[in-house]
Amino acid sequence: MNELAEAVPWLGSRNPKAARAFVLALMLIAPLIAVMAGNTWVRILDFALLYVMLALGLNLVVGFAGLLDLGYIAFYAVGAYTWAFLASPHFGLHLPFWMVLPLGAFFAAIAGLILGAPVLRLRGDYLAIVTLGFGEIVRIFMNNLNHPINITNGPQGINMLDSLHLFGWDISRNLQITESFRINSLVLYYYVFLLFVVGSVYVIRRLQVSRIGRGWAAIRDDELAAKAIGINTRNMKLLAFSMGATFGGVAGGLFGAFQGFVSPESFSLMESIAVLTMVVFGGMGNLGGVIVGAVALSLLPELLRSFALPVQEAIFGHVLLDPEVLRMLLLSLAMILMMLLRPAGLLPAHARYSKPELATAGKGKA
Amino acid sequence: METLLQQIVNGLVVGSVYALVALGYTMVYGILGLINFAHGDVLMVGALVSLQVVLFVQKTWPALGAFPTLLIALVSAMAVCMAMGYIIERTAYRRLRNAPRLAPLITAIGVSFLLQTLAMIIWGRNYHSFPQLIDTTPLQPIAGVFITPVQIIILLSSACLMTGLILLVTRTKLGRAMRATAENHRVASLMGVDTNKIIATTFVLGSALAAIAGVMFSTNYGVAHYAMGFIPGIKAFTAAVLGGIGNLGGAMVGGIVLGLVESIGAGYLGSMTDLCNLPVWAQTANLQETCSNGGSFELLSSNYQDIFAFVILGIVLIFRPTGLMGERVSDRA
Repeated sequence: MNELAEAVPWLGSRNPKAARAFVLALMLIAPLIAVMAGNTWVRILDFALLYVMLALGLNLVVGFAGLLDLGYIAFYAVGAYTWAFLASPHFGLHLPFWMVLPLGAFFAAIAGLILGAPVLRLRGDYLAIVTLGFGEIVRIFMNNLNHPINITNGPQGINMLDSLHLFGWDISRNLQITESFRINSLVLYYYVFLLFVVGSVYVIRRLQVSRIGRGWAAIRDDELAAKAIGINTRNMKLLAFSMGATFGGVAGGLFGAFQGFVSPESFSLMESIAVLTMVVFGGMGNLGGVIVGAVALSLLPELLRSFALPVQEAIFGHVLLDPEVLRMLLLSLAMILMMLLRPAGLLPAHARYSKPELATAGKGKA
Repeated sequence: METLLQQIVNGLVVGSVYALVALGYTMVYGILGLINFAHGDVLMVGALVSLQVVLFVQKTWPALGAFPTLLIALVSAMAVCMAMGYIIERTAYRRLRNAPRLAPLITAIGVSFLLQTLAMIIWGRNYHSFPQLIDTTPLQPIAGVFITPVQIIILLSSACLMTGLILLVTRTKLGRAMRATAENHRVASLMGVDTNKIIATTFVLGSALAAIAGVMFSTNYGVAHYAMGFIPGIKAFTAAVLGGIGNLGGAMVGGIVLGLVESIGAGYLGSMTDLCNLPVWAQTANLQETCSNGGSFELLSSNYQDIFAFVILGIVLIFRPTGLMGERVSDRA
């Protein structure tokens, strides 16, 4: 929150209190502004919040513990598929959200341990490749586990997932307060997701400044030294993987409930990379930066979609670059240019909790 | 037995393509300690450029035979990829040579996706069919094994290329400079080696090999696609690690071994995991009906073929990070 407030241009450094109030107000009224521009925009905001959760979880692994994970989306998938198995007509189960969501988080944490245990000895680029492989393996299984027993329904995915019911109240329906006044369900989802994001930020913040968080920072900065001062690096790394995965699992469950449909396509490598780009773009290890990165990189492509398409129509007479291409172009350029020009991200992490430069264990070759 | 021989031949062919790509990874890793994530996408660009050239040549000089056409396509694909390799090294990697480890890796991922996106813009999302310039109908089977002319050409030319590369690295002045740079580039530059030039040359060489591999890949399978580079890229990386990254001979051995494991594994994975073949399981009530009608209950089918590379990669990195023939330690990473 403080980091976010500081990021507000001009106001942040002069009047932190006003900046904080501004950020808070912006978070609360954003969907109400968006709803005026159309439901699509509220939907986009909802997705932005999911991406914020994912980026926060990944930041725990990459930013805090310095373990580059390219298969992070697998945990998102675990959460989403847990929701699909336990709350959809696919197996005929309709468990309530307060059971499914924690279970999804739990399974994701287990998946995190399964990934973490064998790769403990690996660092840097090797770790990245193995985690990438893990993500791909999960996706291949999702695609093919419809035979001989149909578990995941293969590439078609599972649809008609239950929506989020809070205390018997279905938030996928518009809330009718009075005859003429009703709250859009997308807006409701926004506030629910916001609650989850705020909760995650709180937990992660407490973790960061706790003994565990400092242990992670020590491992990231110098693993050997961390070991020497008595940090149990094995447990700490496993904890980082499973904690990060937990957030991915929760976000995945929410995604399933919100979308009402899951298929392996949503969990491709591209998504892992997209989340990583958000973390890198915003500033690894800095919560405010990660949030800004996630919001910016999930809104920018959509803004481009709505502006670039008419512009292209006007200039070339037809659409040259479709929105998906634009998104990929934007993400890949963001990644390359950020690393070349501003490797610590838009909002670099504070020196108190982390090294100011992009922190890693190695010192480069030679 | 015939199936096994057939799978071995297929495995050798695929494996030699992997080996060519793996050489590019291993050369760059040996010299820079960087996983050039974009290497697989250079392969893709090679394949698509050659496709474009083949189509162009076929339209303008239809009288030209299949071999000259393919040769022109190959040379132009190599030229484009070599230029691209140079540009990538110059713009994206050179500035990050002394940066912390994660930075070049993330840039490399970015470059990989940038190349894919650009290819998607130029060539679209569709699968393009690659013209069958060389005969792909199998020859007379020898000992029950079918082999196509394309496969023979792939095997022969990759053998030549690999021998050439080994000779280049071990026998020439350039090769000596490359080895010196890989050993320690600060000392090498003190000894009068222009390390920047050597590193650029390495990228260019690797890209040329990837371009050739791309042309081989698409002539063998008859398709080209903007995302075709990812899976071969990952597999070639696995091959490089399997053989011991940084070691040229290792990359070749790793590529062949991976190709063999994959194609033999894919051939038998289904029947190996068929529960009907396990008496204990086949007796259970649920399965009896399926099995007795000559049916099968395969837990894993050949759809899982791509998993082999990842599983091998994981196992090698965890239990023997130096690979089969490597002397380098993963702790450097």
